[in-house]
Amino acid sequence: MNWIDIGHIDDIPLRGARKIKTALGCVALFRTSETEVFAASDTCPHKGGPLSEGIIHGQSITCPLHNWVFDLNTGQANGEDGQIATYPVRIEGDRILIDGAKLVAQSAA
Amino acid sequence: MTQKLVIIGAGMASGRVIETLVETDSDAYDITLFNAEPRGNYNRIMLSPVLCGEKTYEDIVTHDDDWYAQHGVTCRFGEHVVAIDPELKVVEGQNGHVPYDKLVIATGSAPFIIPVPGKDLPGVITYRDLDDTNAMIDAAGEGKRAVVIGGGLLGLEAAAGLAERGMDVTVVHLMGHLMERQLDEAAGYLLRRDLEKRGITIRTQASTKAIIGDGRAEAVLLEGDETLPADLVVMAVGIRPETRLATDAGLDVARGIEVNAQMQTSDPDVFAVGECVEFDGNLFGLVAPLYDQAKVLAHALLDQADAFVVKDVATKLKVTGCDLFSAGDFAEGEGREDIVLRDPSKGIYKRLVIEEDRLVGAVMYGDTADGNWFFQLIKDGTEIDEMRDTLIFGPAYQGGDTSDPLSAVAALPPEAEICGCNGICKGTITDAIANGATDLAAIKATTKASASCGTCTGLVEQVLQVTLGDAFELPTAQPICTCCDLTHEDVRRLIKSQELKSQDAVWQELGWKTRNGCHVCRPAVNFYLLADWPLEYQDDPQSRFVNERKHANIQKDGTFSVVPRMWGGITNPSELRAIADAADKYNVPTVKVTGGQRIDLLGVRGEDLPAIWADLNKAGLVSGHAYSKGLRTVKTCVGTDHCRFGTQDSTGLGIKLEQALWGSWTPHKVKLGVSGCPRNCAEATCKDIGIICVDSGYQVSVAGAAGMDVKETERLCDVTSEQEAIDVTIAFVQLYRENAKYLDRAYKWVAKVGLDWVQERIADLDERARLIQAFELSQSIYRKDPWAEHVQTKAAQYQPMANLTLEAAE
Repeated sequence: MNWIDIGHIDDIPLRGARKIKTALGCVALFRTSETEVFAASDTCPHKGGPLSEGIIHGQSITCPLHNWVFDLNTGQANGEDGQIATYPVRIEGDRILIDGAKLVAQSAA
Repeated sequence: MTQKLVIIGAGMASGRVIETLVETDSDAYDITLFNAEPRGNYNRIMLSPVLCGEKTYEDIVTHDDDWYAQHGVTCRFGEHVVAIDPELKVVEGQNGHVPYDKLVIATGSAPFIIPVPGKDLPGVITYRDLDDTNAMIDAAGEGKRAVVIGGGLLGLEAAAGLAERGMDVTVVHLMGHLMERQLDEAAGYLLRRDLEKRGITIRTQASTKAIIGDGRAEAVLLEGDETLPADLVVMAVGIRPETRLATDAGLDVARGIEVNAQMQTSDPDVFAVGECVEFDGNLFGLVAPLYDQAKVLAHALLDQADAFVVKDVATKLKVTGCDLFSAGDFAEGEGREDIVLRDPSKGIYKRLVIEEDRLVGAVMYGDTADGNWFFQLIKDGTEIDEMRDTLIFGPAYQGGDTSDPLSAVAALPPEAEICGCNGICKGTITDAIANGATDLAAIKATTKASASCGTCTGLVEQVLQVTLGDAFELPTAQPICTCCDLTHEDVRRLIKSQELKSQDAVWQELGWKTRNGCHVCRPAVNFYLLADWPLEYQDDPQSRFVNERKHANIQKDGTFSVVPRMWGGITNPSELRAIADAADKYNVPTVKVTGGQRIDLLGVRGEDLPAIWADLNKAGLVSGHAYSKGLRTVKTCVGTDHCRFGTQDSTGLGIKLEQALWGSWTPHKVKLGVSGCPRNCAEATCKDIGIICVDSGYQVSVAGAAGMDVKETERLCDVTSEQEAIDVTIAFVQLYRENAKYLDRAYKWVAKVGLDWVQERIADLDERARLIQAFELSQSIYRKDPWAEHVQTKAAQYQPMANLTLEAAE
């Protein structure tokens, strides 16, 4: 584990998303409620849509291009054959931390 | 041998320590108890009933003088402790020293005072102890005004108590919903609704700037410079551990006094207990863990093995009539699943959070009878896989009862308006049913409900079903999506008649089955709310499709297109230069002329949007809303300005219309055309609204289409003056905004309600004036350039939040 502070919780609007640049490409951070943030690949496996631009509902994200819906817990697409990578993220106080080690480990794998 | 024990602070935690000590081994210690308050231990949890007058101080005393005397406790009440000397093992009180063998610090917590000007004025009170409570009771009075800063547990109990004493109370809360640490938004909505019913005004997302007054608090000034007059200001924003004595004595102190699992501080002979301690990074504010600590500490003092462990805690609010329960962790973490149950007819909301077949959190409002059962499941980590499907119905349930799709309509009061056109309430319909009208046709004939535009048909049928039960067969209607059982038309109607003004109100009162809708229903509900309550409801960008959230059209490669507005299709060399410069500067790959008489810059990177908008703004160009369910363009021909056939100033009228309508949100996109003569060069007769200028005036036609369907417009009316043409157009747009289903273009909506009905409404001059006024009210909020706004306030959100490419590559 290598927790990296990537910003304040309020940098992401409630039920909104922001992306971060990583060696693996863009990773999106989804704020599903006041104190709940998920991290997952920003790229829809269908046609490459930017998931951070989608609509967040419950713990799911809908891709803005063709409405594929992904469960942010698992990354699994709802009713479609596709999955996005998810990454460990946690909130400490008002700060959002992402596991940098995981990002590297995944790229090596 | 009897040792000397000194305890600083006579609160609920130390009280429990003394009780356990004297019960277990009354000879072990010779106890001296200091308390800054001039009294012994009382039940602080019961201060709220004292504040509202249900109980007196005498009712809540736990240890009186006799009790202390009987157990040989030396009391030094009303005496502050000045210092602790851990070397000499002496406590220095205001009235003299006391040596100790063991010391317990139980100084509790101090209210957090927000550092604003005026915080020290008389009339500003915190809410921690009996003196605060008495000060509030003294200051309270019929008709006087109180402002409570802080919408957490303590603030709301204070607010309810003061309201009970006849005060006019306003709660100012920094966050988006009340008790955000214990409740989710949905439960926060219900709590707010119940408190508002008792006359308490709730202001969320409100930040206090200052407390003002001449020698005494007279008002609270909010950010945004609104003043709330106040005879009394209660500051209840939170507490912090009272650690000053420990810090001065050189003990280890983080946020609280650091203790181990035996409540021992960094000095082995000094212990700490209660709200002043920090254990394993945790602070404590509720009574259950404090009692656990007290028991562990008493055992430690008697050399008995015991260890404190942090457990989940449950919260209840002690305000009569507000039945809420929250336990465990219902917010954070991955791999979790929600179960939501809403019953609008009973005002019930329940949400369970499940992780790996175990219940980890529960929030309940309205019916908390099963709270302790759920709490036990959380504490025990019981596997719930077997009962997962019925879990939310509680322990009593096994089999039967699921959520009732008709409960939203069943819950409506008789005075709720069902038919907006004819002003027919639910009561009138149920009366008609009682008098023998048992089907839709009979209801229409006897009450006129659903006899005009017909969009309330579904609701009338549901009233029939609720009233008649199985005697009426409900036709199947298509709900908006799987999140609810109601159609678009039902939801629109109920938002109006129930005056639902927030998303949380809609979710709760209309029985939504998900936490906050989905990508299908939430944009629709967001539109309905802002169309019906332009002042009360604030548009939610997170309920919008990306194009409307980012004010640009997303393209298939994730880049965006940028289309500045060209009023009526008129531009000039300086605008064209600015567009050309922007295209150069931001390497725009494609520049295209659109069918709506303007220029599209395609392939702009998302990160560049605020910069390109700022450049275009400088040349006077604003958003063309080429991405919105709103006014797109008004296409015009050159009319009498240049054309030898033109009959009226079609360009001028087009510009006026565009300036009146731009920025407004509509159920679907709206395109207009104005042609200067029947040759119709602006192709007005396939637009949502098309105006053809003729010698005698203006032919206004509506409901055309030139997309998936191609359809000629139908004549709405003919008018003689330009102003009338504008009025009729605005009235039509507003009628469409108020009544159409989200994502129905105007032609689809007119086909449903009938052109006759639309014509009648527009021809009625009172109704026309009302529509225009309602539209203007909405436009006072929305007639503005979103680009300029985003450049100023949201530019950062267009950039990546962080760049980890370097770290991740290491």
